[in-house]
Amino acid sequence: MDFTLLRNIIRRFCVGEEDWPDSRTVYIGHKEPPPGAEAYIPQRYPDNRIVSSKYTFWNFVPKNLFEQFRRIANFYFLVIFLVQLIIDTPTSPVTSGLPLFFVITVTAIKQGYEDWLRHKADCSINECPVDMVQQGKVVRTQSHKLRVGDIVVVREDETFPCDLILLSASRQDGTCFVTTTSLDGESSHKTYYAVPDTLAFRTEQEVDSLHAIIECEQPQPDLYKFVGRINIYKDNEEPVARPLGAENLLLRGATLKNTQRIYAVAVYTGMETKMALNYQSKSQKRSAVEKSMNAFLIVYLCILISKAVINTVLKYAWQWSPDRDEPGYNHRTENERQRHVVIRAFTDFLAFMVLFNYIIPVSMYVTVEMQKFLGSYFIMWDEEMFDDELGEGAQVNTSDLNEELGQVEYVFTDKTGTLTENNMEFIECCVDGNVYVPHAICNGQILSAASSIDMIDSSPGGYRREHEDLFFRALCLCHTVQVKEEETVDGIKRGIHQGRPTSFYISSSPDEVALVEGMKRLGYTYLRLKDNFMEILNKDDEIERFQLLHVLNFDSVRRRMSVIVKSSSGEYLLFCKGADSSIFPRVVSGKVEQVKARVEQNAVEGLRTLCVAYRRLSESEYEEVCHQLTDAKLALQDREQKLAQAYDTIERDFVLLGATAVEDRLQEKAADTIESLHKAGMKVWVLTGDKMETAAATCYASKLFRRSTQILELTKKRTEEQSLHDVLFELNRTVLRQRSISGLSVDCIDFGLIIDGATLSAVLKPNPEGAGHGNYREIFLDICRNCSAVLCCRMAPLQKAQIVKLIKASKEHPITLAIGDGANDVSMILEAHVGIGIMGKEGRQAARNSDYAIPKFKHLKKMLLVHGHYYYIRIAELVQYFFYKNVCFIFPQFLYQFFCGFSQQPLYDTAYLTLYNISFTSLPILLYSLVEQHVSMDTLKRDPSLYRDIAKNSLLRWPVFLYWTCLGVFDAVIFFFGAYFLFDNTTFTSNGQLMTTNTQMMFGNWTFGTLVFTVLVFTVTLKLALDTHHWTWINHFVIWGSLLFYVIFSLLWGGIIWPFLNYQRMYYVFMQMLSSGPAWLSIILLITVSLLPDVIKKVLCRAMCPTATERAQGHERLSRGGGAESTPHSSRRSYKGTSRDSSHLHLGAAETLSLRTSDPLPQKLLAHLGGGGRADLCSLSPYMLRLSGAGFAYCAPGPETSV
Amino acid sequence: MVKEEEESPNRPDNTAFTQQRLPAWQPMLSAGIVIPGFVVIGLVFIGIGVALFVTSRSITVLEIDYTGVDKDSPCFKCSDPDIKNCPCTVDFTIDTLFEGPLFLYYGLSNYFQNYRKYSASKDLTQLSGDLANFKAPSDDCYPYDYSAQKPIVPCGSIANSMFNDTFKLFHMVKGTKNPVALDGKGIAWWTDYNVKFRNPSVNPLKDAFNGTTKPPFWPKPAYELDPTDPANNGFINQDFLVWMRAAALPNFRKLYRRISEGEYEKGLPAGNYSLEIAYNYPVLKFEGRKKVVFSNVSWMGGKNEFLGIAYLVIGSLCVVMSIVMLIVYAKFKFPEED
Repeated sequence: MDFTLLRNIIRRFCVGEEDWPDSRTVYIGHKEPPPGAEAYIPQRYPDNRIVSSKYTFWNFVPKNLFEQFRRIANFYFLVIFLVQLIIDTPTSPVTSGLPLFFVITVTAIKQGYEDWLRHKADCSINECPVDMVQQGKVVRTQSHKLRVGDIVVVREDETFPCDLILLSASRQDGTCFVTTTSLDGESSHKTYYAVPDTLAFRTEQEVDSLHAIIECEQPQPDLYKFVGRINIYKDNEEPVARPLGAENLLLRGATLKNTQRIYAVAVYTGMETKMALNYQSKSQKRSAVEKSMNAFLIVYLCILISKAVINTVLKYAWQWSPDRDEPGYNHRTENERQRHVVIRAFTDFLAFMVLFNYIIPVSMYVTVEMQKFLGSYFIMWDEEMFDDELGEGAQVNTSDLNEELGQVEYVFTDKTGTLTENNMEFIECCVDGNVYVPHAICNGQILSAASSIDMIDSSPGGYRREHEDLFFRALCLCHTVQVKEEETVDGIKRGIHQGRPTSFYISSSPDEVALVEGMKRLGYTYLRLKDNFMEILNKDDEIERFQLLHVLNFDSVRRRMSVIVKSSSGEYLLFCKGADSSIFPRVVSGKVEQVKARVEQNAVEGLRTLCVAYRRLSESEYEEVCHQLTDAKLALQDREQKLAQAYDTIERDFVLLGATAVEDRLQEKAADTIESLHKAGMKVWVLTGDKMETAAATCYASKLFRRSTQILELTKKRTEEQSLHDVLFELNRTVLRQRSISGLSVDCIDFGLIIDGATLSAVLKPNPEGAGHGNYREIFLDICRNCSAVLCCRMAPLQKAQIVKLIKASKEHPITLAIGDGANDVSMILEAHVGIGIMGKEGRQAARNSDYAIPKFKHLKKMLLVHGHYYYIRIAELVQYFFYKNVCFIFPQFLYQFFCGFSQQPLYDTAYLTLYNISFTSLPILLYSLVEQHVSMDTLKRDPSLYRDIAKNSLLRWPVFLYWTCLGVFDAVIFFFGAYFLFDNTTFTSNGQLMTTNTQMMFGNWTFGTLVFTVLVFTVTLKLALDTHHWTWINHFVIWGSLLFYVIFSLLWGGIIWPFLNYQRMYYVFMQMLSSGPAWLSIILLITVSLLPDVIKKVLCRAMCPTATERAQGHERLSRGGGAESTPHSSRRSYKGTSRDSSHLHLGAAETLSLRTSDPLPQKLLAHLGGGGRADLCSLSPYMLRLSGAGFAYCAPGPETSV
Repeated sequence: MVKEEEESPNRPDNTAFTQQRLPAWQPMLSAGIVIPGFVVIGLVFIGIGVALFVTSRSITVLEIDYTGVDKDSPCFKCSDPDIKNCPCTVDFTIDTLFEGPLFLYYGLSNYFQNYRKYSASKDLTQLSGDLANFKAPSDDCYPYDYSAQKPIVPCGSIANSMFNDTFKLFHMVKGTKNPVALDGKGIAWWTDYNVKFRNPSVNPLKDAFNGTTKPPFWPKPAYELDPTDPANNGFINQDFLVWMRAAALPNFRKLYRRISEGEYEKGLPAGNYSLEIAYNYPVLKFEGRKKVVFSNVSWMGGKNEFLGIAYLVIGSLCVVMSIVMLIVYAKFKFPEED
């Protein structure tokens, strides 16, 4: 007995949290468990205090300092600073101490202030009043005093103070409505349910009389998951156990709506609430630029160390003769003489490190961070990415990845809700092969329900009649749609124009709404769910009532949902609807062939199809089912698995009823966007859970596949005929052959691949035959590499992430982007390098988990082609320039060591060393990296191929880096030896005529340094000016302003004998220098020489092998010069010129051609066909496709496609 | 009904800045600008270069190494470090008029005045006349801060190692030595002389140095550097000031005297001259060299062929590059012109 306690303590304190009990037991109202209840482990729960603040008054200084020094830049400074303090170094500790102190103080003040605000906010939250029930009375207390197990009263429009289990609500049916806007941004009302045994409680006394315990899992951050169980003890009865799920759990932060009052019991409090757990940020993604930045940094660190080593070695080699070591005029101190030579050498090494430490552009990190943070505002500010309907613009959740948007090579997109609008419209249904089409809305007139059924194949028969009735009832019952009667509901709403104009169907799935509404148009209206009875108004205006017994919820793995209802005649019926692939295998009877044919036909047209089936349950079967479900639902562990198993055994032996078809329109400009992405060299993959045919049709409509695309199929259907191995090799051969031919010939085909989930998992499965391990994977990747478009259908959410991972890990390590709108896309959004969420109709999970959120798919174009491109250009220049300017800065100092006996004499004054990176050269590059536009926004949008110019991190590759570094070294050599030859062995003297009192002064070492530094600052700034293509007034202001600042600073710094400084070595040095004619002449000369090679390189490169970007600049310039005559052909021409691999070139040209010729055709056909005011190209795209296919056939005679 | 045309509160500002549409000048390094630009720059540089080169050529420099390494050298006898205050005389001949105003420099090579410890080894507070630092020199001066428990004034290596050879120039006219007047004023920076370095305001100056000792290498204390002229004595002695401004490179010259007044103001006429040197400063131990340089100056300072040549080279390079670019242009057609 005692041992268990001891063990618990040990477990608690030694092993850590993982070994805590898996579940927690909550005593409602803190009532002791009745005797006989199983023993439990007492747990301590935190109080309901929310602590979002990071620091307390006491730990602020140490903790904040620790946090700050964890950053590499600060730590580096600190090390240098300490070295400077400890040993006798050439530069004073001030040079690194001052910036460090400045940065640390400013950051600390900012963080302290923010934390103070958080403290205040925490305080007001923790002290806000909460009503709780104690001894049958309502007691008002403060929020932070709540404990787990307390019963809380929440009124309408109040926010829940912690995570609560709903006991009862003022509504009769024990439901309450909640908005979770502050949690996940979804503004729709969600319904939460009370446990049936407690929902009748109305007063505090009743609630207080409840004797129950709740067992539930330990807190976890997933907002949509909860498993628990409530055991209710009644006098002398067996305790009743009820399952608790996410639908019973009211989350802290959500708001109660449309419900007067609820009673609920606290289960998670304070920092254990799901809201608090979600504060923790996701794992960090790092951009490719950052990686190369770090690689460059390591190179520079090596350069720094080798410089220091070289100088140390040379110093001792040079000092080998004692006269050099210690010439008569420069005696060492006694201390130094006695020090061991190794220690001396090490000290010298450190001193050299300190002297050259500025070569590591530490301020780059600060600048990059600022650039990213400030730059991300341009995405949020962008009006073109603002959606009026949603009332929202783009969101930036991580500014770290801005430049990665310009590097995307693979785009993985979801179909539903991303490519399409997720705005479903019921098109038709078919029962046993008979097609029903509602024509409810025709030319704007609403026809009566009865006349709307248009039976195509009307062969009457009792069997048919029965199935028809069941089919419509099934669709009316098998869903999770709610009826909203108020109009205050935002979010997804669809007006029902008949009868009650103020009621709406609401569901998290637009498909369901479309189906229920379609049923309504066919004469069967779902009225409401009341007291577990679903009411249907049938065709004859009679109300039918079905008791809802169980809902087997939809999930994307099963791809179906079911309900079990009891009809008024006492029959138990299980209705199931789901994807054909998940229904057909479970069907035992019904007109499978006819339905299958219709489903396939619809799918080819790009419609979303669902199959409906049913199963009659006998009383005993129902009992069995009931038992299975309750067991699974009550499980605390592996509930999901057990539920899935139960579902699997229940959903079988179906009788097929029919199928439905729902249309999902393509989003506005989706095709244009995909085309642009293709032209930009990105490979677009569509990952969808839909049927292959549906998905393929959408892909054609969205121009992912073109008529000329040769489709390669890798589907279950094919692998059933041939072995996977053969199929893969055959496809690979096709692709390779084509590639080898296209190397020579003009004609070239692009490939599209279709693969389905089943085949994919077969491909990815490790090959059992040992030797060929991972073989398939490689071949598959090889095929994919040669396909410009890939369609993956029938994908489970996890498979989506798998695909992304597979591509990410392939040997080119391409940059991937995943875009999606639904919860099923979250895994791939998190997996991809860049995750983009669409603020869609299926909630906000995707947007919340994404790095960037945009309202519509079409915004992706601007996001990548314009913003991504700009960010990449900007940050690439920023990084290269920073390394360049620091080489220019420090290399002369390195060279100077050869002329000062390796004595670590700094070339520049302390102030210059300190301020060079902080103020003389920092602002122009920061501004450049915020506003530079090397080509105009319109050009970038018009000519997506420009994106190829920056693909593969092209501006930060090693050759480019080497060029910049060499340029830096060259400039540094020019600065140093320019000044050297002016000083060496010549009387570099000032002009007696200019200042009459000064005649023939010699310049000292500080003048030498100042001369080099002046040339340096001017060259480095002018180099940036040469690189700037976009001179706004701010650029002018900052560039010339910072040069002016340098001059004014130098005049001031040298103009006064500064008190409190124990040296005045810079006194009048700058003025003296400027009073000398040769100094002016040499400054001009050296600046010119330093800039010359870069200018020549630029001009020659532009002339001899211009990049697409340079051509675009030229065209822009021409069109600007030539007035408004902008050239639409320019983009195409430049496209031709740039694409270095010929396959893309011809593709592009052919495609543009075929588009131009074929465009009018479908338009005309459409006008013909549409008639009823639906001239929108996108909405009818599936039809257009079928009809225009013939038109394409001779326009662009490509090889036959296999679809 | 619900969502009317009301302006959404989230709508971003539509300003030129937020939409990144600020009006901008978009220059481009196109051939049309660069080729004429290069030609112009090239011609201007060549012009400047020619001017500099010609000017530099017109400057005459006379260098005399008097270290005494060679046995034939008149100062060979003085090169032994044990011999103090060794006088030696260097004779030289000027063929044509050495045009004035003339400047006399001493030059040292392989002498590292820019050693970090060396150049920092001074106490500026002391040198600005602060008596407190006479008693307690700064630590920077170590090991030349105290000598036999007495503070050294002026302290530090750099002051201690002050160049102390002296020169006298004579024009040999018909066997007689005609002294050439050397002006030791106005050879230091005005600010050094007037602001940075100050003698303590104690009269006589000698009293300020009570309780202190002279730097060990110095033959006489600071207040006797130029007893004839109080404005050139102590810390504001111009030779001292010149020495204290550390040279940038190991081979350097420092201004010693000007020949700017008297009968030789216009220059040294052709003839024989004799330079009498008081040889004190040891340089051979560290393989240093000493020399005397006579030079006149022009509008651009002393003789400096480098600047002129550099300008010429860069200027012609610009012109050549513009021709190259023109050829490239003819061959490739610049994209913006097609």
